[in-house]
Amino acid sequence: MGYPHPSHPKETVLLSKYFGDPGARTYAGWIERGGYEGLRKALAMPRAEVIEMVKQSGLRGRGGAGFPTGLKWSFMPKDEGKPHYLVCNADESEPGTFKDRELLRWTPHAVIEGCAIAAYSIQAQTIYIYIRGEFTEPWRIMTKAVEEAYAHGALGADAFGSGTRIDVVLHRGAGAYICGEETAMMNSIEGKRGNPRIKPPFPAQAGVFGMPTTINNVETLSAVPHILTRGAEWYKGLSLSSPKSTGTKLFSVCGHVQRPGNYEVTMGTPMRDLIFDMAGGMRPGRTLKALIPGGSSVPIMTAAEVEGCALDYEGIVAKGSMLGSGGVIVMDDSTDMVRTIWRYTRFYAHESCAQCTQCREGTAWTTKVLERILSGRGKQEDLQLLLDLADNMTGKTICVLSDSCAAPVVSGIQKFREEFDAYIAGARRPVLAAV
Amino acid sequence: MSHAAAQGDGTVTSHEKIFTGERRAQLEALFAKYPTRQACLLPALWMVQEARGWISEPAMAEVGEVLGVTPAFVRGVVTFYTMYHTHPVGRHFIQVCTTSPCGLCGAEETMQAILRESGCGELGATSPDGRFTAIEVECLGACGFATPILVDDDFIEGVTPERVPGILAAYK
Repeated sequence: MGYPHPSHPKETVLLSKYFGDPGARTYAGWIERGGYEGLRKALAMPRAEVIEMVKQSGLRGRGGAGFPTGLKWSFMPKDEGKPHYLVCNADESEPGTFKDRELLRWTPHAVIEGCAIAAYSIQAQTIYIYIRGEFTEPWRIMTKAVEEAYAHGALGADAFGSGTRIDVVLHRGAGAYICGEETAMMNSIEGKRGNPRIKPPFPAQAGVFGMPTTINNVETLSAVPHILTRGAEWYKGLSLSSPKSTGTKLFSVCGHVQRPGNYEVTMGTPMRDLIFDMAGGMRPGRTLKALIPGGSSVPIMTAAEVEGCALDYEGIVAKGSMLGSGGVIVMDDSTDMVRTIWRYTRFYAHESCAQCTQCREGTAWTTKVLERILSGRGKQEDLQLLLDLADNMTGKTICVLSDSCAAPVVSGIQKFREEFDAYIAGARRPVLAAV
Repeated sequence: MSHAAAQGDGTVTSHEKIFTGERRAQLEALFAKYPTRQACLLPALWMVQEARGWISEPAMAEVGEVLGVTPAFVRGVVTFYTMYHTHPVGRHFIQVCTTSPCGLCGAEETMQAILRESGCGELGATSPDGRFTAIEVECLGACGFATPILVDDDFIEGVTPERVPGILAAYK
């Protein structure tokens, strides 16, 4: 539901059903609401069958990349004797995204249950849930929920009497966007700087502590118990457009809308419905100018591109952007696109781990060139310079942070070039002081 | 002597051990949760900051000694993460999100109000009465509730310039 707003008729409320309901936070409350049935069911099934079921459901990663979850699990080696790990990525920090936070705050046992099912399937005895340091309230709620899950035997040496050991360790981040990248997260858990690692080896071969590891997003894992209890076919049926996008997806809508919040929809729902019906559309007298559909790392879409766009992995790609994390940042006609894009690049410059030259230098210089333009001292050739920088930042680094910085710059110049030109021509008043 | 005393030049004259007694036992309980001691570095640093308010050079050395890594390694990790303080801060630490989504919804005005009302004056500065230090941070992950701020461990949503005096009054 559109927490903090009441559920909208166009939503399909599954993961968000208990947002705003503190009763769902306790173990007893979760059991009353049908909780832990999925885990009990999974523990009674052969591991391969659980993985097959998740594969059949069509569930794909909700953290940004959209990789098929069951397939990811199937990459884990079987019975080779090494310890395996599951890492739950709760380092939500992609600008525009605030869905995992609500899952952790309102349905902590759904997260734990999803983690436990995944851990059982991939033969992991230890789960690390990596929660960003700034999420103080989710941390407290999760701490309590984990204690309760142990006390009731859902976790521990003999989870629900199955003979399977499932331990959960909460690991607190300390302020670094890059730790949401899976290999950086593994380094952070190991007590290191959060520098991403070169792949291969992939985490399923050599992940955290050098052991086979699977990393899944909070929302992905929260969907798993529903697949176990209601079946793969039912989940697969939740699809309105592309058959490759199934289930429900939480979209965090923020920026210039009347009702910002989280809305859960069936994959393939029209994007227009999300923005204009569920989130209430623009403020009075304003019109939609642009939006970023999947967190700040994906290309900007114009208002025209929103028309006819289906909210699923393929539908958004067809309009030139990506579903990403589902963080929708809405900008109305009052928005200064150049200044907004500069603020994104400043984010990436700040968050670069500085390991790769293209990223360390590229994010910083992109930001400086945009500051030059915004201070009224831009040159016509600066736009080509920005595009050249973006080219050097795309597909050339260990992780995709620099690609993410380039995305709004390239799409911004392509789609809103006249605003850049206006600053450069002196037709728009500088908004930053000359440095 | 309860605190490491920072001199004007940043050197520290004394260091009372942090990982003794109960805190040491807490840390050792964590060792069982990870296959290496080094993995306890982030939790150990959180414990230092909770105990002392910031992480001094001798504290880094002590953490290194307990976990079996060099002080330089610890320093590298401390300085990578923005939430660890490498110098003393005010009694209350304010973090204000000004990343784009919040920026679209007035975060910079909220930031200015906080700098003014807290007495910090500028980003990263501590108010003359030692009560507040305020910094600007990147995305706090609550973009639908602009502007979110963290005061110590209190996560406060929907902060507007008008609400700032009332919010700060609760922190003495």
